Amino acid sequence: MIRLNNIHKSYVMGNSSLHVLKGIDLHIEQGDFVSIMGSSGSGKSTLLNILGMLDNYDNGSYHLSGNLIANMSEKKAAKLRNELVGFVFQSFNLISFKNAMENVALPLYYKGVPRKTRNLIAMEYLEKLGLKDWANHMPNEMSGGQKQRVAIARALISKPKIILADEPTGALDSTTSYEVMDILREINDDGITVIIVTHEHDIAAMTSQIIRLNDGRIHEIIRNGELKQFQKSYIHGLETA
Amino acid sequence: MFDVDIWQEILATIKKNKMRTFLTGFSVAWGIFMLMILLGSGNGLSNGVAANFMNDAVNAMWIWTGETTIPYQGMKSGRPIQFRNEDQEIVQKVSGVGVSSGRYFMGNTRYSYNKESGEYTTITCHPELRDVENLIINEGRFINKIDILQKRKVVVLGVDIKTALFKDSTALGEYVNINNVPFKVVGISTEPGSTRNRNAYMPVSTAQMIFSGSNRLHNLALTINAETLEESQAIEEQIRNSLAKQHKFDPKDEGAIGLFNKLEAYIQTMKIFQAIKIFIWIIGIGTLIAGIVGVSNIMLIVVKERTKEIGIRKAIGASPASVIGLIMLESILITTIAGYIGLVLGTGLMELVNYSMVQSGGGTPDQGESVFLNPTVDFNIAVASTLLLIIAGAIAGYIPAKRAASIKPIVALRDE
Repeated sequence: MIRLNNIHKSYVMGNSSLHVLKGIDLHIEQGDFVSIMGSSGSGKSTLLNILGMLDNYDNGSYHLSGNLIANMSEKKAAKLRNELVGFVFQSFNLISFKNAMENVALPLYYKGVPRKTRNLIAMEYLEKLGLKDWANHMPNEMSGGQKQRVAIARALISKPKIILADEPTGALDSTTSYEVMDILREINDDGITVIIVTHEHDIAAMTSQIIRLNDGRIHEIIRNGELKQFQKSYIHGLETA
Repeated sequence: MFDVDIWQEILATIKKNKMRTFLTGFSVAWGIFMLMILLGSGNGLSNGVAANFMNDAVNAMWIWTGETTIPYQGMKSGRPIQFRNEDQEIVQKVSGVGVSSGRYFMGNTRYSYNKESGEYTTITCHPELRDVENLIINEGRFINKIDILQKRKVVVLGVDIKTALFKDSTALGEYVNINNVPFKVVGISTEPGSTRNRNAYMPVSTAQMIFSGSNRLHNLALTINAETLEESQAIEEQIRNSLAKQHKFDPKDEGAIGLFNKLEAYIQTMKIFQAIKIFIWIIGIGTLIAGIVGVSNIMLIVVKERTKEIGIRKAIGASPASVIGLIMLESILITTIAGYIGLVLGTGLMELVNYSMVQSGGGTPDQGESVFLNPTVDFNIAVASTLLLIIAGAIAGYIPAKRAASIKPIVALRDE
């Protein structure tokens, strides 16, 4: 599904160059539920952006669903993003002058789906996420959790193979965070690969694979037995607290 | 690719950003409005002055006599010059002269019909005078060649004379007594641009025979065929030389004959108007440029403001072309509507000025002198300048939109 080989990425800022990713090798299968962790500046958001074709890389190779993602035109990248990837952002990134339904329907607009059809589909997705009654509300009339659910509905509507979420719970309280994570879990149960970037251990503990980044390199990948240990310590710790 | 969706997207954005839309629209509408006012005023002034010239033939020339002021060929100065019939023939022979007529004025001739009578000016002339003075014949005909040859006793009355003598009854075919000699009325005339029509016209040959004018003429009226100032001055020079030869005066003697060349005055005035028109165009183009700069400025800000939105759209699958299209169509829509509003208001105001002037000016442009006439703008120019602004708006939108569409979505998303 996703295969990264020796990915390098640096940002040039004036005279100095910041080497963010220093050779990432990664393999993610269809249907995985992965979290990327790491301290601030470890390159976790950069990695997610490269995975989502929002940013390009300097060296190495990235295959997504059998396509080599390199030097492609903006138009082709836009098309692939539209078909394969759904994004969920920390700050929701809803378009402020569109109501919930229109925001959800927007990816279908770029797929060329007629307005009536896409609004109907958008309503279905809003209903799935329990926001049917909020369809005609503007983003600024909704709570953070509601906004994030609208954003998830928007990410799902184009039936992507991967959902990429950059700190999806970063702006939410813990109860709402868990609700959002439950939704992502359900999405993953339907066979969609979900990759989230987070710095919260309890959020990471809910995924089935944790990739820890340190200074632009993969520090460790926690799964199976180690993961159980990880989950025990963090989920327990939270429950007792 | 006409797509309802695109327009709905655009209308939603416009509704959301009323102030921005208004500012863009206003700078366009104002530019077009000012251009229309300027060009309209310029045209009005130019048309008005041109119309005043048109009261007589634009290429008319009048020649009258005086006294010599320079001694010539042994003759003292102060010698009066008298035109005679042959002078008209001499002038007619000069190349470049169109038509010509001699004129012999008889002041205070008494006209009477039945019990009505009055004193009016009689102008004796050749048939060609009609062309020189652009006389309008309301009824009947003007003096013709046969009248001249057969020395017929016929007269063309100014419309005021006809009203005074005949009231409402028909004058054509009736006989009026002019200084107790009966003349048949063959026509009724109006002089363009004049409110008084108290002149009567009779064949010069008849008048010279009956009223003992022998073969004298007071002045000559003619038209010349010249395109430029130089040509018209050359013809003037030739006429002066021929007459100087005939009457033996120094061709440089300005006192011997007087000469008014209307074409010369017309050409000079039109030159001034051309300069004014160029000036107006410079101001107009300046106004347009100000409008274009205004539109460009606002479009730059619009794109800056929408960077994050563009990032979101790109992240969910918008191609660069669709982003550029969205911004440009919005810009074109606003400038088109605003340009149209400016166009309608500008031309509307000029039409209103035109209308109120016709109302207060007391009728047709034929009567009364006005320096302002038909202050309207050529439709093509109006549409062309609006199109120019629309295109400018599109380009002004395109450059920043292109840049915004080409930045990576992640950079656009980070923009706050």
